[in-house]
Amino acid sequence: MGKLGTITRRTLLVGTAAIGAGVAFVAWRVNQPLENPFRGNPDSGDTALNPFVLIAEDGTVTIVVPRAEMGQGVTTTLAALVAEELDVGLSDIAVIHGPASSAYYNAALITSAMPVEPWDDGMMADGFRQFAGIVGKVMGMQLTGGSTSTRDAFDRMRIAGACARETLKATAAEVWNVDRSTLQTRNGSVIDPSGPRSVRYAELASAAALREPITDIEPRDPSEWTILGRSQHRVDVPAKVRGAPIFGVDMAFDEMLYGTVAMGPLPGVKAKKADRNAALAIPGVRAVVPLSSVYGEGFGVIADNTWTAFKAREALAIEWESEESYGETELNAAFDEAFDAGGGDVHRDDGDVDSIFSEAAEDDILAADYAVPLLAHATMEPMNATARLKDGKLDIWCGNQAPTLVRRFCAEGLGLDEEDCRVHTMMLGGGFGRRAEFDFALYAAQMAERTDGIPVKVTWCREEDTRHDLYRPPARARCRARLDGDGAIAALDMQLASPSILGSLMGRMGMSAFGQDATMSEGAGNQPYRLENFRVSTPEIDLPLNVGFWRSVGNSNNAFFMECFLDEIARSADRDPLELRLSLLDGFEPAKAVLRKVGEMANWQGGSVGPNRAQGLAFCFSFNTSVAQIVEVSRDDDERISIDKVWCAADCGLVLDPAIVRAQLSGGIVFGLSSAMMQEITLKDGAVEQGNFDTYPMMRYHQCPSIEVSLSRRQTFMGGVGEPGTPPAAPALANAVAALTGERVRTLPLNKAVTFA
Amino acid sequence: MKLTVNGQPAQFDVDPEMPLLWALRDVLGLMGTKFGCGIAQCGACTVMVDGMPRRSCVTPVGSLEDASITTIEGLAVGDRPHPVQQAWIDEQVPQCGYCQAGQIMSAVALLEENPEPSEEEIARAMTGNYCRCGTYPAIRAAILRASGQETGPPAANASERTIDRG
Repeated sequence: MGKLGTITRRTLLVGTAAIGAGVAFVAWRVNQPLENPFRGNPDSGDTALNPFVLIAEDGTVTIVVPRAEMGQGVTTTLAALVAEELDVGLSDIAVIHGPASSAYYNAALITSAMPVEPWDDGMMADGFRQFAGIVGKVMGMQLTGGSTSTRDAFDRMRIAGACARETLKATAAEVWNVDRSTLQTRNGSVIDPSGPRSVRYAELASAAALREPITDIEPRDPSEWTILGRSQHRVDVPAKVRGAPIFGVDMAFDEMLYGTVAMGPLPGVKAKKADRNAALAIPGVRAVVPLSSVYGEGFGVIADNTWTAFKAREALAIEWESEESYGETELNAAFDEAFDAGGGDVHRDDGDVDSIFSEAAEDDILAADYAVPLLAHATMEPMNATARLKDGKLDIWCGNQAPTLVRRFCAEGLGLDEEDCRVHTMMLGGGFGRRAEFDFALYAAQMAERTDGIPVKVTWCREEDTRHDLYRPPARARCRARLDGDGAIAALDMQLASPSILGSLMGRMGMSAFGQDATMSEGAGNQPYRLENFRVSTPEIDLPLNVGFWRSVGNSNNAFFMECFLDEIARSADRDPLELRLSLLDGFEPAKAVLRKVGEMANWQGGSVGPNRAQGLAFCFSFNTSVAQIVEVSRDDDERISIDKVWCAADCGLVLDPAIVRAQLSGGIVFGLSSAMMQEITLKDGAVEQGNFDTYPMMRYHQCPSIEVSLSRRQTFMGGVGEPGTPPAAPALANAVAALTGERVRTLPLNKAVTFA
Repeated sequence: MKLTVNGQPAQFDVDPEMPLLWALRDVLGLMGTKFGCGIAQCGACTVMVDGMPRRSCVTPVGSLEDASITTIEGLAVGDRPHPVQQAWIDEQVPQCGYCQAGQIMSAVALLEENPEPSEEEIARAMTGNYCRCGTYPAIRAAILRASGQETGPPAANASERTIDRG
């Protein structure tokens, strides 16, 4: 008790100081940003009040959403944060992505990489999170990922709106010679009820921008909200339904060229032979240019239209000089070696796992090995970018999740200063982590060096996209549990082997990795399950191709291992899988609540539903959100399995837009089910075997279950929603299939063992 | 090449082997029709040719002399969205939105042929259109709404009723 008291007092100081600094910092970073990307922009008649709010001379209020819209509704919800404070309607404003700028760094994402468990809401954890915010500012990272956009924006975009509002009020107060506190704001105007008189924001904006901004302002209490907390009509929907040219691939100029790329099968592999003449002989082909990057070596083709560029790519008939014969045999050997060697980072080590196992009788030990394959992102919009290099200035138009990285590496690649590189972020036809990279932009930039100032739009064909991804790593788990006579888990030991995403990423960025790679164990080692003896270690394997962030990252594989093995433990100990999980979650009520809720929704009876019908359960706490799912499957006379229904109960704390949150969770479930049912990337002779959707399919309309999502709000902290729907889907499906067939499938995709309708 | 696109005559000179998709996008500048796979697997490029849904990525433009093409840009009348587009708005279907032009064209083609399709008929008509964001349940709701088979409040608006505050 004495020790606990000491820690609490010390961390209280850290936390309080950090929180105090944090509030001031939020105001400071809004009003005196590292750079205001709109200040001094000569070709704009707009007045920038701060990096998030622009008011045009015609009165249009534009809100800058510095996160990429890839379907997660971020343009709507982030704009709503500002609109709520600024007293403007969502339908009356314009929303833009804004330029790459360090003012838009993502603090929440860097926080998520800190050594703090997200379900730890102690003061020490707060201190770490505040510190991470400062690191984020210094690094100037503007990144959309980690399901962090809303959490990162929640305070600062509301304060940006409030600051703009109060500064406009102060401007009006001076003109009218009244006290600012007597004024109100409504529908884009400042109102003086004593007049009564009113003035439009547009008329105040230019004078307001010259004032010292009002910063001693707290955002409104949620009880006053009129926009937040309610489902909004998304601001991006009308253009998407109309077929408007909003995506990167839709970029067009009166005079432009088109291109595509043909890159080597693995990073570093060069072309041995390429028939440039055959390509150049095709009418409309302008040039074949060599491309080189940390991602790979190859060629770009420039032509009069995309189809001609695709034909020329084929005509190159490239032979690669690879002597690599890497394939599934080598991958299996790498995993075997990693498990034999043991070791790896230890991410969790509660109690004394070794001694519990050393005293165990063989019958008391349950052991199982699991395996999941490499996965591609398969965004519907293939990788693309449009680049123009003119008068020493580079412009890049593309959907991307990391404009500051795109700017940095494209500038570096062409030997330009970063100030001479402008990144224009378009709508993303899917991101899922793939567009957090910069390869597609860099190739377009390199090709623009050959087009004399004419913009070139470089679109990858589907095969190129599938074969040059930054893949979800292949991963395997070696799990063992010692069970007590009464069905309790005496000890759980999980070895999770995979390549390191962080190591692969840092390599591409020219940096060395540091510390543990938390993504290797997330979804298992960081779960709120409390076991007396629990160890998670992560032996690392090498892989000759790049791995990256795939929707929900390590949770996508580790939750599969964890939740399937818990299911096996429950069956072996003759316990209800739901009851077993509840018994392990003592101390974290939101997780227990979503499990109980999903059990009610599905009328859970332990998994059996009747002949040829069964349910499977899984839980995962990821990106600060608790999610429990039950999948119901059935089997027809031909032994074909249908996924009929998914129930999902989630708690992400405060819900800013219920419809968007539900849509994200539902979409995340489909994404996870697709991978569990049918997706895998395999290697043969040093190359990815799959190419198009015929070999790398996804769930189709007729295979999609009915999905019911229930939201609860017990968590005191906010969670993300873009990714947390994905991790429980695969294990819930696998557990349902095991309950249906009586046979446990431990390797994904499941369609290698069973047939889906 | 001479054909009609969204009611307007279009004349251009390209290799007759060029797929309609690329003629629409790179030659005529109509960007609503999307490239997804190039092998008629995903449906993102779906347009209507003489009233029938077609995958424009595998339809050589040379085979379409004098044909009448309707793309997503040709559905709305002035500012008024097509009823299927309106149902897509009411149900707030799109997420990333990239596949939705193709989805809407497949749905329009279905409903022109069969104004009140059954669930099974909807599934048959829509199963050629991939959605990576997983909006299939919302697509189903929008087609039922557009065909007058669902008249209750849209799913997107009904959802705030059920947040359990513990």
